[in-house]
Amino acid sequence: MSVKARELAVYDIHKSFPFGAGRLDTLAGITFAAGAGEFVSIVGPSGCGKSTLLEIVCGLIEADRGTITIDGVRPATLVGQVAYMPQNDLLFPWRRVIDNVALPLEIAGVDRGTARREAAALFRLFGLEGFENAYPAELSGGMRQRAALMRTFLTRKGIVALDEPFGALDAHTRRKMQQWLAGVSAELGATILLVTHDVEEALILSDRVVVLSPRPARVVREFPVPLPRPRSILDPAFVRLKGEILSCLDAEETLEREVVAHDRK
Amino acid sequence: MQPDVALERERRRERRRTARWAGKGLAYLPPVLALVSGLILWEAAVRLFDVPRYLLPPPSEIIAAARSDAGALLGVHSRVTLMVAAAGLGCSVAAGVILGALIHRVQWLRQTLYPLLVISQTIPVIVLVPLLVVWFGYGLTPKLIIVAIVCFFPVAVAVVDGLDRADGRLVKLVRSMGASPGQIFWKVNVPSAAPSLFTGLRVAATYAVMAAVVSEWMGADQGLGVYIARSARSFRIDRVFAGVVLVSVYSVIAFWLVDALRKKALPWERLLSDHTNGRGEAGTRK
Ligand SMILES: Nc1ncnc2c1ncn2[C@@H]1O[C@H](COP(=O)(O)OP(=O)(O)O)[C@@H](O)[C@H]1O
Ligand SMILES: [Mg+2]
Repeated sequence: MSVKARELAVYDIHKSFPFGAGRLDTLAGITFAAGAGEFVSIVGPSGCGKSTLLEIVCGLIEADRGTITIDGVRPATLVGQVAYMPQNDLLFPWRRVIDNVALPLEIAGVDRGTARREAAALFRLFGLEGFENAYPAELSGGMRQRAALMRTFLTRKGIVALDEPFGALDAHTRRKMQQWLAGVSAELGATILLVTHDVEEALILSDRVVVLSPRPARVVREFPVPLPRPRSILDPAFVRLKGEILSCLDAEETLEREVVAHDRK
Repeated sequence: MQPDVALERERRRERRRTARWAGKGLAYLPPVLALVSGLILWEAAVRLFDVPRYLLPPPSEIIAAARSDAGALLGVHSRVTLMVAAAGLGCSVAAGVILGALIHRVQWLRQTLYPLLVISQTIPVIVLVPLLVVWFGYGLTPKLIIVAIVCFFPVAVAVVDGLDRADGRLVKLVRSMGASPGQIFWKVNVPSAAPSLFTGLRVAATYAVMAAVVSEWMGADQGLGVYIARSARSFRIDRVFAGVVLVSVYSVIAFWLVDALRKKALPWERLLSDHTNGRGEAGTRK
């Protein structure tokens, strides 16, 4: 399966939420781009606004300011333009795995039989063969996550936004899932935007890593990842890059602490 | 008893049962044992203290009365009462589902009708009987209305509650897929409401039989309610008991039928409770 990858550009996105009497600034001018077919990871500390950013990219909430373009044009609405995988696997407990996966096609108006056939063709690639008719509650955590990923990719949008897809998994399963996604992402052919707080995950998977500051989030720095695939976490170049990104994150947090301490005085 | 209280009690009971007896198939053993020992005590006490039969007959005589009247009890009386119960229940389910869905979707109906619906439950149905007789006479219509009124509320409330209970994150997800409001309603809200609907239905089905019996007291010549009232007037307490037991049996059957239907319609529900017990994981499948 393959879709036409699309290019995403995010420019100067601001967002604040009502908070107490005032407002909580969450995104303070986010700018980055993902070329067609590129795998871009966004890392940042917990609570900095990564999920908020993805929800804006998917059109689920409105930005206060800023623009988002797809293939260079600003769509009338972002809703339905980007395949979105929320932070939890969020399978529908009453739908069998195949009908969960086929849901985006059903919503697009494809009839149920065709939707199921198209979905069925992907089960091998996602390692879920034989579980088409199981209910989500019958799957392990890793399998549920793969089913949710399969549903996301079947949306066929050319841009895929994944919000910490492996966050809820144990360390071992997470490793295996990362390696698996690294293997299939090229084959799936979409532009992928991955949100994570796990730097190693970002480095295993992406072409580029965008580092965000603590809330209110700004882009601190972008790191290209010029490492050959498949990547090893033991490769010295990998370790060096990981160290750089981590110290970049740490520096931001230290700065944040100092600013807060200064403001208190 | 207030129907919403009954609804909540049902939910609690359900939770307790799945927690304690899940998978053991023993849930019905303790109450059956308690019932049998109670009957034995009753029989012994009545015989021992020589209680007058027109006050309290022993279970053996109730069984005898039930046997001698079995033809009429199980035949015409049951048929008439169950027909009213089923038809009334059907009307109330249809009305409850439609009104529940409207209240869920239309904001001003929720603000105007929903509170009134709740308040209406404080009116005991029995005081409506003279009014219904004046308006509709003694035929089938007023009886159906009584049953429908009694069963309507638990269904409507369960539908509103179930539709409201849909997971907001699922709604967001399908919205990101470009779903229309109609698609969101049918693919997220409606399936989310199904368990709640069945819980309401279970309460309603149990009330339906009782309501059908009561409705016959406003004037009828056949039915279990008529049988019980006539027997009481002629001090045949054994027959009254026979009628009461049969009504209870029908209520329990109605309850079971709804549960069986629920298991059939929502097979995934069982997996969820298994899952929380640490079973139903992948790997148990081939
Ligand atoms: N709908 C909302 N209303 C108010 N505050 C929100 C809302 N959504 C997110 N926030 C706040 O925005 C901040 C960033 O949240 P989020 O995007 O979930 O962070 P992350 O995904 O990076 O952990 C948090 O402080 C959170 O409390
Ligand atoms: Mg998040």
